[in-house]
Amino acid sequence: MTPVRDAGSGRGVNRRQLLIGGAVAGLGAAAAIGADLALTAQDRASSTPTTGTEAVTGGETIAFHGPHQAGIAAVPQAHATFIALDLRPSTSRDGLRRMMRILTDDAARLTQGEAALADSEAELAAAPARLTVTFGFGPGLVARAGGDAPEWLAPLPAFSIDRLEDAWSGGDLLIDIASDDPLTVAHTARMLLKDARRFATVRWRQDGFRRARGTEQPGTTMRNLFGQVDGTVNPTPGTHDFDAVVWATDGWVAGGTSLVIRRIRMTLDTWDELDRSGREQSIGRTLSNGAPLTGTKETDEPDFTATGTAGFPVIPDFAHIRRARGDGTERIYRRSYNYDLPPTGDGVSESGLIFASYQSDVIAQFLPIQRRLDELDLLNQWTIPIGSAVFAIPPGCDRDGFIGETLLA
Amino acid sequence: MNTRTTHRPAVTLTLAATAVLALAGCATTAPDQSAEPATAGQSVTITDAWVKAADDGMSAAFGDLTNTGDADVILVSVTSPASTSMQLHETVDNGSGSMVMQERDGGFTIPAGGTLTLEPGGNHLMLMDLTAPILAGDEIEFTLTFSDGSDYAFTAPAKDYSGANETYMGDDMNMGGND
Repeated sequence: MTPVRDAGSGRGVNRRQLLIGGAVAGLGAAAAIGADLALTAQDRASSTPTTGTEAVTGGETIAFHGPHQAGIAAVPQAHATFIALDLRPSTSRDGLRRMMRILTDDAARLTQGEAALADSEAELAAAPARLTVTFGFGPGLVARAGGDAPEWLAPLPAFSIDRLEDAWSGGDLLIDIASDDPLTVAHTARMLLKDARRFATVRWRQDGFRRARGTEQPGTTMRNLFGQVDGTVNPTPGTHDFDAVVWATDGWVAGGTSLVIRRIRMTLDTWDELDRSGREQSIGRTLSNGAPLTGTKETDEPDFTATGTAGFPVIPDFAHIRRARGDGTERIYRRSYNYDLPPTGDGVSESGLIFASYQSDVIAQFLPIQRRLDELDLLNQWTIPIGSAVFAIPPGCDRDGFIGETLLA
Repeated sequence: MNTRTTHRPAVTLTLAATAVLALAGCATTAPDQSAEPATAGQSVTITDAWVKAADDGMSAAFGDLTNTGDADVILVSVTSPASTSMQLHETVDNGSGSMVMQERDGGFTIPAGGTLTLEPGGNHLMLMDLTAPILAGDEIEFTLTFSDGSDYAFTAPAKDYSGANETYMGDDMNMGGND
């Protein structure tokens, strides 16, 4: 909570105390409670204007050090930039170690609101706004390090729906930078890439966004540019369920995870031709609040056996959530972002989703889901995978360590 | 990264331990005034130290030197295995509008309770003749020596840096490029 909000709620308490005093003095208890709630809500809503300052959240930080890398379990920030790099041919195992020590130090400082060493724009580090930096290793980096790659650390098999472009696929090193502030993301990317360029070159960069900080309650399931609520059945960070789905337990990746990034172009022009009920049937959820077509709330469990008046399933056989769910045994954690670029030619939009999926094992968890969606998913009519990359996310480190030490030290 | 870890030379630790033992041995007769003051090397710490990566020639090291002691200390010299010859440099106006670096006569004073900032474009530790390339990510050792003869050792990570290209007074050489 910010000081401004604390001040607001503090005044609410004072008014509540006054009202309680009034109730004791003879007001009807029910009327007093009603007035209390109304006043408290009004007070909260008006607290910003009356103090004359907006709530400032740029100073908020997310811890960098720990058993897991930051930026996975954290409530997703408003902005994220995924950068994949190719190692230079001259970069040795020793070079990888030196690179990761530098990048780790940069990230440890910047995420805590401190300038990096040799930071030419030190003032830009002062507002981290929940900045996280998460590093991932592609198959090429692990091979260069002479390490054992997990079986799942390889390009995904080709799917019939894929129209992959090299410009959005593969990569040896991933740097995932996320913050509620886009200027912070830009400065962090600049600083890290300056320190990485002796060792690696930029292969691709994908900039994504969600709702701005403060637009809605933190933790609200994101919407994609189809207008759909996207990510409802995610496991909840901080639970044993999340830990079991996400964190790897074997070898140098133990305490880390895997990340699949799929760049999915969304053909909004043909999506526009679909009416609202067709849009809802394609996914199996309502557009209004993301409830399954058999329920009323987003969190309601879909009833895949329910049938309508004509005897057809309420959630169609081709619906995305039915195909993705399968029998429910394969689960992933999604932390996706939208993208929206200038259109080319006669188009008016070049939009889509940077689909980011974390799971302890790509083969056991992600691939079965992707195979089912490849076989049948009405959403495939309006979505085209144009990029694909798989990274191993090493575990976190403590203050004396560095990210990747379990592979490189 | 272990950038903030500092190491004092073993000799300093030994001296400190001896002082403590001596105090303990005469505790009944020695008032506080007789306690030996901390050496400069015991009073100074460096934070945010780093050195500019360079393939050959010259380079420079930077950081914040803080004196936690009660007396001013004077830094008189610095050595490193990475350089055959190191100097304490300041950056000054050469009288014709250009900022140039030159050796600092008399060393750097770090005031009691104060901090001396070593930074590109200002005071710095100059590595004159690199013994080997300083690669980004290397940890370079330095030993500072103070006017009381005490030492302070630390390591600094090397970073690629495009700045810190000040001209050397009386010479047309620039500090070692890194590419």
